[in-house]
Amino acid sequence: MIMENLKLKRIANEVRKGIITGTFHAKAGHPGGSLSSADIITYLYFEEMNIDPKNPDMPDRDRFVLSKGHAAPALYAAMAHRGYFDPEELKTLRHLGSRLQGHPSMRNLPGVDMSTGSLGQGFSAAVGMALAGKIDHKDYRVYTLLGDGECQEGQIYEAAMFASAKKLDNLTVILDNNNLQIDGKISDVNNPYPLDSKFEAFGFHVITIDGHDFDAIRAAFAEAKTVKEKPTLILARTLKGKGVSYMEDSAEWHGKAPGEELYQVAMNDLEEIGKTL
Amino acid sequence: MSEIKKIATRDAYGKTLAKLGAENPDIVVLDADLKDSTRTGFFAKEFPDRFFDCGIAEGNMMCIAAGLAASGKIPFASSFAMFASGRAYEQIRNSIGYPHLNVKIGASHAGITVGEDGASHQCIEDIALMRSIPGMVIMNPSDAVEAEACVRAAVNYEGPVYMRFGRYAVPVFNQPDMKFEIGKGTVMREGRDVTIAATGICVAAAIDAAEILKEEGIDCEVLNICTIKPIDEELLIASASKTGKVVTAEEHSIIGGLGSAVAEVLSEKLPVRMTRIGIPDCYGESGTAAELIVKFGLDGKGIADRVRTFVKG
Repeated sequence: MIMENLKLKRIANEVRKGIITGTFHAKAGHPGGSLSSADIITYLYFEEMNIDPKNPDMPDRDRFVLSKGHAAPALYAAMAHRGYFDPEELKTLRHLGSRLQGHPSMRNLPGVDMSTGSLGQGFSAAVGMALAGKIDHKDYRVYTLLGDGECQEGQIYEAAMFASAKKLDNLTVILDNNNLQIDGKISDVNNPYPLDSKFEAFGFHVITIDGHDFDAIRAAFAEAKTVKEKPTLILARTLKGKGVSYMEDSAEWHGKAPGEELYQVAMNDLEEIGKTL
Repeated sequence: MSEIKKIATRDAYGKTLAKLGAENPDIVVLDADLKDSTRTGFFAKEFPDRFFDCGIAEGNMMCIAAGLAASGKIPFASSFAMFASGRAYEQIRNSIGYPHLNVKIGASHAGITVGEDGASHQCIEDIALMRSIPGMVIMNPSDAVEAEACVRAAVNYEGPVYMRFGRYAVPVFNQPDMKFEIGKGTVMREGRDVTIAATGICVAAAIDAAEILKEEGIDCEVLNICTIKPIDEELLIASASKTGKVVTAEEHSIIGGLGSAVAEVLSEKLPVRMTRIGIPDCYGESGTAAELIVKFGLDGKGIADRVRTFVKG
């Protein structure tokens, strides 16, 4: 289903509000990397994936694994607005008894395809799902979103090696390349770059895009579907904290929630963006 | 038991997988470059389209297994116990245990009977590691017959299972028609004076020990505790209440394995005198399996010596 970019932008803005609402009420969580991935996750849930919120276990659905599981607030906000649950529930994020666990849990929330949180593991699980699709000759696709800091985990390269060796062209990996991790700039902490040529060397078809440009996002996912016998990496250049003035390009907001005052600033920022859409 | 046929439990694992592959199309098998050693090669030969060698990357293999299970497959993931349980512990904990996915881990070359490879490959802590994961079933078969029963039970059980197999050929003493149920131990021999709760290759040795001690007037009850988690509390309590003395015997560290599991049950439900036979808090070393079994006192004589001292003490 092709949507107008304007509609996608409006939804993504609502998803960003959901991220801020969730982390504010949780008094914890990871807004920075959730905001950077909000456009990609919105695109996946609202245009790209064959899914049904009323039938979350539909056998032939497309699968999404949030390998950077700490971006759970973005996943939850997208799922809520897509109709998996009432967006009001976003306020229960990380609360005792909530279905919205700090990191996604498939046993708690229907529609979550894989429990993640320990970096590097979700990618491998997505590879397993893509392999299952090949074994069964199904045409569903599998998507997984990685962080750039996550690419310091060795398991990323184990998964990449296997996905390529088994020619899993039903797998699209998206890299949320916001250049920051909790300890600072990715390249200052422990440099995994260049990631495009690394993945190419592992046998991936690599597409580099602006991860906030819906035309580019749409074109990249379309291109990935035409690639045969190779998995695709969409390297999405993004801005950490995108949409919230004081969070943008700041490692400080990787894993910290806004208090009352900054919550209002963030919501006002997003309201203002909304008015332009 | 020297006249009895000897088969390694890993052989039974591989052969059973190859048999079950024909019965159940959902079974897929993963290995980490050890298919000849773990015997998953038997399955690979029969079902090459459902066998995936992940290469030397055990953590990745466990998470791929999780993804396959989340897509309706029944994956068996195999490597040596050291790497399956140790290297990939956190992957098993977070990607298999936490979401309670239907992954079966077939860990071969467990314990000191790996032999010549030495301490780096002699996994004596896998039961301890796997026992700490909520919802993980752990089975440690005592011979080839029971190993086959374990694999069949694992397929019919929905949820994560860790199965422990050995490299070393051990006597086959269970009957081919043995009844097997996850979570149920077996009384191998009834006795009044002392209970020997054994697991894996120590079951046959415990029976040998009971024979030795019978000559000396010590009447041993021998239990085969194949399922270490969930453990058969009822059987342990019934036996301990009869004998009042319990010895555990395992080819594993005495920290965290069967000995600990039995102590946890009895200390809360029926405190009795206990002693734990196994690998004390140390690493193994190179040697033949037979030499190492004697060195660590896991043969019939070694167990009999410890039980004798314990009963008289």
